[in-house]
Amino acid sequence: MNKTVNQKAWFLVLPVLLLVAFSAVIPLMTVVNYSVQDTFGNNVFYWVGLEWYKEMALSERMWNALGRQLIFSMVILAIEVPLGILVALNMPKKGFWASFCLVVMSLPLLIPWNVVGTIWQIFGRVDIGLLGYTLDALGIDYNYTQDSIAAWATVIVMDVWHWTSLVALLAYAGLQSIPDAYYQAAKIDQASRWKVFRFIELPKMAGVLMIAILLRFMDSFMIYTEPFVVTGGGPGNATTFLSIDLVKMALGQFDLGPAAAFSIMYFLVILLICWVFYTVMINLDKRDGV
Amino acid sequence: MAKITLDNLAHSYLKHPKDEGDFALKELNHDWIDGEAYALLGASGCGKSTLLNIISGLLHPSQGRILFDDKDVTQAPTAERNIAQVFQFPVVYDTMTVQDNLAFPLRNRGMDEAYVAQRVQEIARVIGMEDQLRRKARGLTADAKQKISLGRGMVRKDVNALLFDEPLTVIDPHMKWELRTQLKQLHQDFGHTMIYVTHDQTEALTFADKVVVMYDGRVVQIGTPQELFERPAHTFVGYFIGSPGMNLFDAEISGQTARVGAAEVDLGAVYETGAGRVQIGVRPEFVHLSAGGEGIPATMNRVEDVGRHKIARIDAAGSRIAAILSEEQRVPAGADRITFDPQGINVYENDWRVVPTARVGEAA
Repeated sequence: MNKTVNQKAWFLVLPVLLLVAFSAVIPLMTVVNYSVQDTFGNNVFYWVGLEWYKEMALSERMWNALGRQLIFSMVILAIEVPLGILVALNMPKKGFWASFCLVVMSLPLLIPWNVVGTIWQIFGRVDIGLLGYTLDALGIDYNYTQDSIAAWATVIVMDVWHWTSLVALLAYAGLQSIPDAYYQAAKIDQASRWKVFRFIELPKMAGVLMIAILLRFMDSFMIYTEPFVVTGGGPGNATTFLSIDLVKMALGQFDLGPAAAFSIMYFLVILLICWVFYTVMINLDKRDGV
Repeated sequence: MAKITLDNLAHSYLKHPKDEGDFALKELNHDWIDGEAYALLGASGCGKSTLLNIISGLLHPSQGRILFDDKDVTQAPTAERNIAQVFQFPVVYDTMTVQDNLAFPLRNRGMDEAYVAQRVQEIARVIGMEDQLRRKARGLTADAKQKISLGRGMVRKDVNALLFDEPLTVIDPHMKWELRTQLKQLHQDFGHTMIYVTHDQTEALTFADKVVVMYDGRVVQIGTPQELFERPAHTFVGYFIGSPGMNLFDAEISGQTARVGAAEVDLGAVYETGAGRVQIGVRPEFVHLSAGGEGIPATMNRVEDVGRHKIARIDAAGSRIAAILSEEQRVPAGADRITFDPQGINVYENDWRVVPTARVGEAA
């Protein structure tokens, strides 16, 4: 077969190339550029090679931030995924209350991040916040501006409040796709409630749960706005997550080189995790397709 | 194993059914005799599956009672009824192996592992999956999955009844035949009460001792395949069973004679009919073609050769009818009359069969 050669076809991909260039490639290369140079002002740059990368790889400050970040992501996943499944299992399957629940559950997802932060910042205040005042009145020593455990608890509860709905909605969609015959067969086979969950519901939800975990992991790993508004990374560095620390370093201290080097490393970590998820999900699909 | 009694049973999917039309299953009294194989035959949406789900306890009836060996189980949950049921579309536990799938109902009832292993082997042989026992059920073909479902239904020996809800819909034709034979064999070996729902008459007639025909939420006839063929109790039975179905003619009956249009037909028996719509029903097997002479005027349309016999499509008395000719028989040249075998004529009033008051030759 003769292929028609038409060089004009390149023009068709040009808009996408431009878009990607300006939105991703050029900004990323700028960061790469900063990460291998140093400046003493006046827009004069010196080549430093991999110096900043070495410094960052050995920087205790960044390792600590990465550690906090990982703990945060793991904790919210460990809470939101089971909780979301539990909520989805208990939602009505059809009728008015099903729609009602769906709407109510979607509400937190619609609120902008910094508004969520502000809500919880006020909610937790001991003087005027309902939560903080109540806890204080109950005799519980709660002050998220001074106590790092209280700060962590607030940030985690806030994230759970904001995002459990997402997991629940995805799990609910997975549950809704299970034909009635499965539940009927399970009754005939005298399967216990736990076995119905383990052998029918969980396998059918596996696909959407992977997506839910991926989304929640990515989002929580890059979290910035909410903890920044509530705790500002404090008390001390207790809730200074990666993004917060990066912003502090890049814009607060104006250490462009180290911050850029760390951004690149941060980017590679996220890319690596994405790749792992992608591989796992593709393998799940393959197992289905055989 | 048990006799299953349906007592005044009816079901509506609405909360407050107003009239009979709201009932998916109309009032029904019936005994399913212990150890018989029944086929439940009817068009889609006639209430077959509803009836099945009520028996297995997946649905609770709006009225009436179900008795297993005279014990009321109307409100008993599915698990207590000890019933096996196979559904139209395959249900397998994806993450389990074939073996674990088959063992699942037994393990849930706390059976001894040695017994479970032995039973699984037996069933695997019946469904022909011995060599696949160790693979995961995920990714098997629909055929194989349905065989597993069937196997799960058959794995328990002590069930009160085995219910099949159109189980062979997704199975390949050649496999269908084989599995049906296996089910029949199983029935002979163990004598379970079996109820087999289908809308395929061949399946029903080959599987069952007795066929229960349902129409519009009502059981219209229960009988052997032969009874259904010779004496359909309702025009639906006549039309639904047989290929092609029974021919129906509007008629006026007086005594032994029916008047169809201008022609007179000898019924071979005496009937008394009321004021309702009266029809006579004749199966294509009992319709004969002739040129001239007695009979109802008819116009030949075409002849279809279906292999074992030929089907003649005819216009007569304002409706399209069919006649079956044997392979050797030829359509007479210039055929323009049809006559009926009196033995093969049934009389219907408002769709229900009228029993003759006297049969000519028998009565005396």
